[in-house]
Amino acid sequence: MSRTPIVTLTGVHKYYGDYHALRGITAEIGQGEFFSLLGPSGCGKTTLLRAIAGFEDISEGQVLLDGKDMEGVPPNRRPTNMVFQSYAIFPHMSVAENVGFGLRRSGKSAEEKRRAVGEALEMVGLAKFGSRAAHALSGGQRQRVALARALILKPKVLLLDEPLSALDKKMREVMQVELIRLQREVGITFILVTHDQEEALVMSDRIAVMFEGEIAQLDDPETLYRRPKSRRVAEFIGSMNFLPATVVGEGNGRVSVEVLGLGRTELDAAQCPSGARGGAGEVGVRPESLTILYEGQTAEGGREADGTVKEVVYYGDMTYYDVLLDGTPAPVRVSMRNMPGRKVLDFGARARLAWDPRSMVLFC
Amino acid sequence: MRLGPLGVFAGLYLMVLYAPIVLLPMFAFNSGTIIAFPLQGFTLNWFAALLDTPALHEATLNSLIIAVSTAIFATILGLFAARAATRYSFPGKAGIVGFIMLPLVLPEVIVAIALLIVLMQLGLNSGTWSIIAGHTLICTPFAIAILQGSFSNMDRSLEEAAVDLGETPWSTFRLITLPLVTPGIIASLLICFTISLDEFIIAFFLSGNEPTLPVYLWGQLRFPARLPVVMALGTILVALSVVLLIIAETFRRRGLKRAGLKDTGGFL
Repeated sequence: MSRTPIVTLTGVHKYYGDYHALRGITAEIGQGEFFSLLGPSGCGKTTLLRAIAGFEDISEGQVLLDGKDMEGVPPNRRPTNMVFQSYAIFPHMSVAENVGFGLRRSGKSAEEKRRAVGEALEMVGLAKFGSRAAHALSGGQRQRVALARALILKPKVLLLDEPLSALDKKMREVMQVELIRLQREVGITFILVTHDQEEALVMSDRIAVMFEGEIAQLDDPETLYRRPKSRRVAEFIGSMNFLPATVVGEGNGRVSVEVLGLGRTELDAAQCPSGARGGAGEVGVRPESLTILYEGQTAEGGREADGTVKEVVYYGDMTYYDVLLDGTPAPVRVSMRNMPGRKVLDFGARARLAWDPRSMVLFC
Repeated sequence: MRLGPLGVFAGLYLMVLYAPIVLLPMFAFNSGTIIAFPLQGFTLNWFAALLDTPALHEATLNSLIIAVSTAIFATILGLFAARAATRYSFPGKAGIVGFIMLPLVLPEVIVAIALLIVLMQLGLNSGTWSIIAGHTLICTPFAIAILQGSFSNMDRSLEEAAVDLGETPWSTFRLITLPLVTPGIIASLLICFTISLDEFIIAFFLSGNEPTLPVYLWGQLRFPARLPVVMALGTILVALSVVLLIIAETFRRRGLKRAGLKDTGGFL
């Protein structure tokens, strides 16, 4: 999809003394996009967000917002607004005063401001809370106030710094859906910082996975999940089994690999993001791409391998098995949807595994 | 409640601590001129005597001018120092902050003598302004300690949020920072005022011919007949100090509550 770029980052570097926090970030974020910066703590994602907001000066490179160079432009003159991790609700003001804070310099009449605050509160589902004291709110409500306050100025870009990390699991899921709805409704570009890969997958149009101040991969959630470009990205997004493998031949856009425990498999060249350089590598396969065959079932193309169940983790809708394939040193994880009439295997049982080569990724 | 040995100890401790202070109002309202038991009768004469002693009024006025000025100067200096100490990091910060806090443990008599020597070397007359300077020196660490608490209790992103929403650094200070640290400012003003009002050593060395209230009181001790009047004055001062401290603490706690924070200790 091609969108008009609203944020353009070119070769952005940030040093704190000797510490190199951002190492040449280049990315384009489109108008109306829900974009996530995903990475472990200390990867520079928050620094990058704060650099876009103007709270951090960058050491090198360029930040363009809506086509304008932001060099030397303070946060109060950038077309961005931010939802802070702590929400930063002004404790000495009411909910309405908080939400209307950004309108102080707008030159609007009191009546217009009152209406705008009312609409903003309506939008986040807090219509009746305007006169509440800010400190008398729950976590989820504070989050909504912070959102309404940041959106009332109709910024070009809304920046969200780990906005859901302070909420409990249930509330987080509610707010994820709420944020997606809100973003579609207002059509503003959202840039979300998160360390929660599930959150990023659920909400984003595109995700930039960051490690040590660099973007390791920038893709839509599905590509990121199905075709991670490196083992590190694959490990960070969801869970993946890694099996030692050897490239035994290639040609015609196909790569032939010998996978320990699973035998010989043909892969498409697209499944080798780092290129098949021959020799030793690893094949990654997601737990849900492995299947345990039941009695009498056979795998397509005879792709089967035998093993022993070493661990059973029952989740109700799913069961996770750790299966040690014959002739391999470490077990692989298999996730199976629980079906009526199908018994959950016991610890120590023998199991036959089948797999789909299209779901594999080769890392060399 | 069962009174164990620790309870007895606590009781004795409090008695030793406060019994002498309780004696003050006792003799202030006692009609006998000699400070001795048994108490004779109830009188308000000593308080009345306070009213027609012009020297006392002058000393009181002096003390009030000094205490109010000290409270304002020390709090303004403390405000800057506390904000710098909690918001910025710069080389040598720990050392600089420690250096500013030093007067807290410096013997006052040393400070007083040093100030006096400096004044004499410069050929200046000591007086009210030099006492204000000395008191500001010893009160500033208290102001910093109180205000540092207010600043560090304040979420830093509050200021950033205001800037993000279009305010300048100065209007952010006025609209967000100041209202949130106001309880701390009031507490600091009141505590500095109280410290300055009670302070004797610096005032004694530097007061020249304009005594402050404590210095005047000390002078009166030479006249045994004036002793009950001194007791009356002391009673008023104790009551005033307690009231001011309670107000200061009330403001500090209200500030915490307003910011929705947990109390992590204070002066009371």
